[in-house]
Amino acid sequence: MPEPVPRTSPLRRTLVCAALTAMLLTGAVAGLALGSARIPVGEVLAALAGRSGPGPFTTIVLDVRLPRVLLAAVVGAGLALVGAVLQALVRNPVADPYLLGISSGASTGAALVVVFGIGAVSMSVGAFAGAMVALLVVYAMARRGGAMTTGRLVLAGVAVQYVLSALTSLVLVTSSEKEHLRAILFWTLGGLGQARWDTLALPALVLLAGLVLLLALARPLDLLLVGEEGATTLGLEVGRFRAVAFVLASLVTAVLVTVSGSIGFVGLMVPHAARMVVGAAHRALLPVAALGGAAFLVLADLAARTVAAPQEIPVGVLTALTGGPFFLWLLRRSPRGEGAWA
Amino acid sequence: MTRACALHAEEVSYEVERGRALLDKVTLEARPGETVGVVGPNGSGKTTLLRCVYGTLRPTRGRILLDGDDAAALHAKARARKVAAVPQDGGVGFGLTARQVAAMGRSPHKRFWEGDTARDTARVAEALERAGAAALATRPFESLSGGERQRVLVARALAQGPALLALDEPTNHLDVRYQWELLTLVRDLPATGLLALHDLNLAAYFCDRLYVLDAGRVVASGPPGEVLTEELLARVYAVRAEVRVHPRTGAPTVVYLPPGLEDARR
Repeated sequence: MPEPVPRTSPLRRTLVCAALTAMLLTGAVAGLALGSARIPVGEVLAALAGRSGPGPFTTIVLDVRLPRVLLAAVVGAGLALVGAVLQALVRNPVADPYLLGISSGASTGAALVVVFGIGAVSMSVGAFAGAMVALLVVYAMARRGGAMTTGRLVLAGVAVQYVLSALTSLVLVTSSEKEHLRAILFWTLGGLGQARWDTLALPALVLLAGLVLLLALARPLDLLLVGEEGATTLGLEVGRFRAVAFVLASLVTAVLVTVSGSIGFVGLMVPHAARMVVGAAHRALLPVAALGGAAFLVLADLAARTVAAPQEIPVGVLTALTGGPFFLWLLRRSPRGEGAWA
Repeated sequence: MTRACALHAEEVSYEVERGRALLDKVTLEARPGETVGVVGPNGSGKTTLLRCVYGTLRPTRGRILLDGDDAAALHAKARARKVAAVPQDGGVGFGLTARQVAAMGRSPHKRFWEGDTARDTARVAEALERAGAAALATRPFESLSGGERQRVLVARALAQGPALLALDEPTNHLDVRYQWELLTLVRDLPATGLLALHDLNLAAYFCDRLYVLDAGRVVASGPPGEVLTEELLARVYAVRAEVRVHPRTGAPTVVYLPPGLEDARR
């Protein structure tokens, strides 16, 4: 069946990227303008351009909302990027950034720090340490007794995830303090409320590095799509490449989870949506997924802050609520056999 | 780019565990430009042998030599520039178009971050054309039929510009016309061809020499006319057959005989 504009044409990719960028920018400006205090768009733009004097609007836009909008963009882009890569690495459509137990590790680490108050260690440090420990355990288990196959890796990830979730629940249940509960829930549900300028630099840098490196790996990622045997005969050292890509993806995820908890569905759904729009070749897929993830999470966080204001809904709840049905709709309208993994 | 490669398998064994060998001291030779067929019953080791040649398996003993170089010592990429494979299971492709799958054949010639140049694109288009898959280029790979996928994978192998082409049951899923087109194409390529085949008549017509595998061992080898005998078919495949040189093709032709015909023939 001939298509009028092939999904893989460079023109189409450019148009999609332009549309997503416009959506991201519009969402960002709306995110800066809307909230408990409504700020006129003119004031927002003036503050961004540095043309507004000191005042409450300037403070809200530049110090409160801008870091949050930027963090939403960084986390959304990162989750979608890593999700797309992991789906290719394990050749499984339900893979997402939390596949290898990273988010459960982060929640458990944060929970332990909160409840047992380990010295001056902050929750973020606890979360990052937890994520790393979970990851190392998963790798170690997957490697035992021979080659690290993706099947073993996924199984180990699932097992570790269950154990850690149980641990977190145990800590939650036995803790009597409301404050603890609230803090731990932040990691399990995910949220962007902790955004500050000084917590933004690391995730932004990690995202940028991850994006550049993973884009450079677009060709071998494509090769993996045709299976291990095919990839080997096309000159890829599959085992070594997969190990490198896994570590890269995991590091990016760990950093993101540390600042935002586990925000579900972005890393699962956005890559699929991107594949349906520009095809599965990673050179086109990865930038589109990253842009789409950024736009989606900026908009989702805007909704999370404003829909039930002054009450704030955890953004993870919103991404799942909106993302799930959207995804089902996409699946339905993609013709048979054209669905990314159908 | 397309030069033919000499292949030597020297006493190649592949053991999955001690004492259970899928290949047992297989020695095989393909001279540059030759088309060599590997035949034998299911489970005789054809696929394992081919995997050792194109590098997804490492022989547990023995060596595969490509133009005299030990294949196991070659980097995967260097090997892929020499040897192209059409494996039996070509994978699914997960949303890639047929052209994108065929274009992967250019990968061994590229650094991993490099994009395809206009020359690569032209080579891929040419390969699709030669494999009879040009009309499939924009279709999603997983929407193709078995035979269409096979043609795209052949195009991928051609785009690789190999000196040795290894095909595992390449005629599976293909209708008669494409079986003949494909094997004619492979035979006429300057590259050396190594084919695992089930159809003995195709093997007899298209291959310069045949190796017969049975339980991981080479039990016969040579030109098709010498190898394909009624006695061998009875011994290796446990079938009764009549083998005659066809008057018009000049190739040995196998006609299988059902057991009930035994008396009538005499």
